[in-house]
Amino acid sequence: MFFLIKRLMRLWRARQLRAAPADAGIAAGAGAANVTADGPSAAARGPLAMVLHEAGYDLRISLRSPRARFMGVAFPIVLLVIFIGVFGNDHTLVDGTRVSLKVFYVPGILAMSIVVNAYASLVISISGLRETGVLKRRRATPVPASVLIAGQALATVVNTAITATILLVVSRLFYGVTFAAPALAATACTTLVGTLAFACIGYAVSGMIGSQEAAQPTVQMTMLPLWFISGVFIPITNLSPALRDLADVFPVQHLSNSLHLASVHATFGASISATDMLVLAAWALGAGAFCAWRFSWLPAGASR
Amino acid sequence: MTRAARARTLTVMFSNSVDAAVAATDADRPEPVIRVHGLVKRYGEHEAVHGIDLVVQRGEIFAFLGPNGAGKTTTVEVLEGFRQASAGSVSVLGHDPWQAPGAWRARLGIVLQESGAEPGLTTRECVALYAGYYPAPRNIDETLALVGLSEQAGERAAKLSGGQRRRLDVALALIGDPELIFLDEPTTGFDPSARRAAWEVVDGLRRLGKTIFLTTHYMEEAERLADRIAVIAAGRIVAEGTPQTLGGRQLEATQISFMLDGAVDLQTLPPALAERLARDDSGLLRLSSTAVTADLHALSGWALERGVELGSLEVSRPTLEDVYLQLTSEE
Repeated sequence: MFFLIKRLMRLWRARQLRAAPADAGIAAGAGAANVTADGPSAAARGPLAMVLHEAGYDLRISLRSPRARFMGVAFPIVLLVIFIGVFGNDHTLVDGTRVSLKVFYVPGILAMSIVVNAYASLVISISGLRETGVLKRRRATPVPASVLIAGQALATVVNTAITATILLVVSRLFYGVTFAAPALAATACTTLVGTLAFACIGYAVSGMIGSQEAAQPTVQMTMLPLWFISGVFIPITNLSPALRDLADVFPVQHLSNSLHLASVHATFGASISATDMLVLAAWALGAGAFCAWRFSWLPAGASR
Repeated sequence: MTRAARARTLTVMFSNSVDAAVAATDADRPEPVIRVHGLVKRYGEHEAVHGIDLVVQRGEIFAFLGPNGAGKTTTVEVLEGFRQASAGSVSVLGHDPWQAPGAWRARLGIVLQESGAEPGLTTRECVALYAGYYPAPRNIDETLALVGLSEQAGERAAKLSGGQRRRLDVALALIGDPELIFLDEPTTGFDPSARRAAWEVVDGLRRLGKTIFLTTHYMEEAERLADRIAVIAAGRIVAEGTPQTLGGRQLEATQISFMLDGAVDLQTLPPALAERLARDDSGLLRLSSTAVTADLHALSGWALERGVELGSLEVSRPTLEDVYLQLTSEE
């Protein structure tokens, strides 16, 4: 899959080079032979072009990061294969319907991969970029903060969409797990809302972290326990009421619950939970407010 | 002397001679690129900068020197708009940096003291990413050529050597075609050849007519590059001047030093020289001189007459480093 994406990017780049005017070399003052004309910059073409510009490079950065590829794509697929292999013949109840655990694990692992891509990868990458001064350097340019954030969010959405597509294709081809078209649309909506909400939370949490080293353990400590109590690895019907109440406070449960609905229903309305979407939106708003108050582009250990 | 410096000198000469014209000249003179008056920066109780004044003219290379913790980085960060001044007035390219609009940043290039590579991107992609942030960027390939990174265009930026990475930082600061460039310790940790290459890049910026605000620890660098120098120590400007005149350097005595065969009788030296002569532990003789030509003539005349050799003869002006250490140790 990544090979394919890489291949496409290379083709695209080659086409761009061909599209450059042949007499571009004239523009070179230094007399360098291989100077290509650049065309109007993204900033000159307006805010939307700038967001796409930023998102394109952020996406390139994450696609080339072995950590992001492993955590965001390989890890969820490996877990899906293992869980279905071990528990695939058992059954559970999802929204009152008895389903195979195969059907249970697809939305569960999808929820997990959204959290990994939008939350874990973002926290680790943002803290790294901030502590090494890359964010400060980007902010030293005229690029508005909103463009940096929107670009990063868009890249994250594309990342999640890629992973979700791979997961759904694998589930269908190897495990025969299929979704009705309206349910698939509902899944896409939940995925989008979930991704944006967790990206906001990711920004907020990276604002609380004081060093690059702290990012990884913080992410694991906040993410792993929630996976166990939020219907990702274990059906919530197996949990004690106290644990279920606890999970309800946090956003992972609401993301996974809405995704699970799509696996047992056929209409759009029944396949997405408005309540869960509202809870996710509330988390996103809270996180956004925290960022406005606390988030800094400068390294936390900045010298005076 | 740069064009701007020469113009300034002419303006000074002119206004000194024709008093009546002073007001008119002041009005005609373009607004300086940086004007700081009474800048104070406090962090809680601690006052890092105690009211400093700075003026940097267009086209000038201005070096800002000072030991660690003297308030140097704080001042630069206020000028760059990363920190808010606690008191005083700051104008950079006609704006208060803290409240300046986005378009103001497009006229500025900043090479930060420490900034990592953009992970995963090639050298050319890094520059292309930053080019997209500016409304009218320079040509990407041309900018890479200017900093000497054309051959590394396709390499991952994270894999460049320290010197090459720093040149990439300069390329990223230049890509927006700024009028004013901040270089914060651009060559710290460089080996001598990388430093020399970096200086050539700065020479290139000078030829492009850029105004440069440089901070550095290296006196050699300031002397080689700067039109004007200010020294900050403990939050105050302690000296300001050209590399030749900083801290009254041009008025300080020159040292003439030499060795003599032990058998030579020093009593035969002309008395005017003998009374200023001092011998250190290694047997080196030192002479403090404010009239170097006359003293050297007298000394060499005496040596030729007696057929003695002035071993290891050296004439040395106080170095910028001597002046700097003297200035910064007083606080």
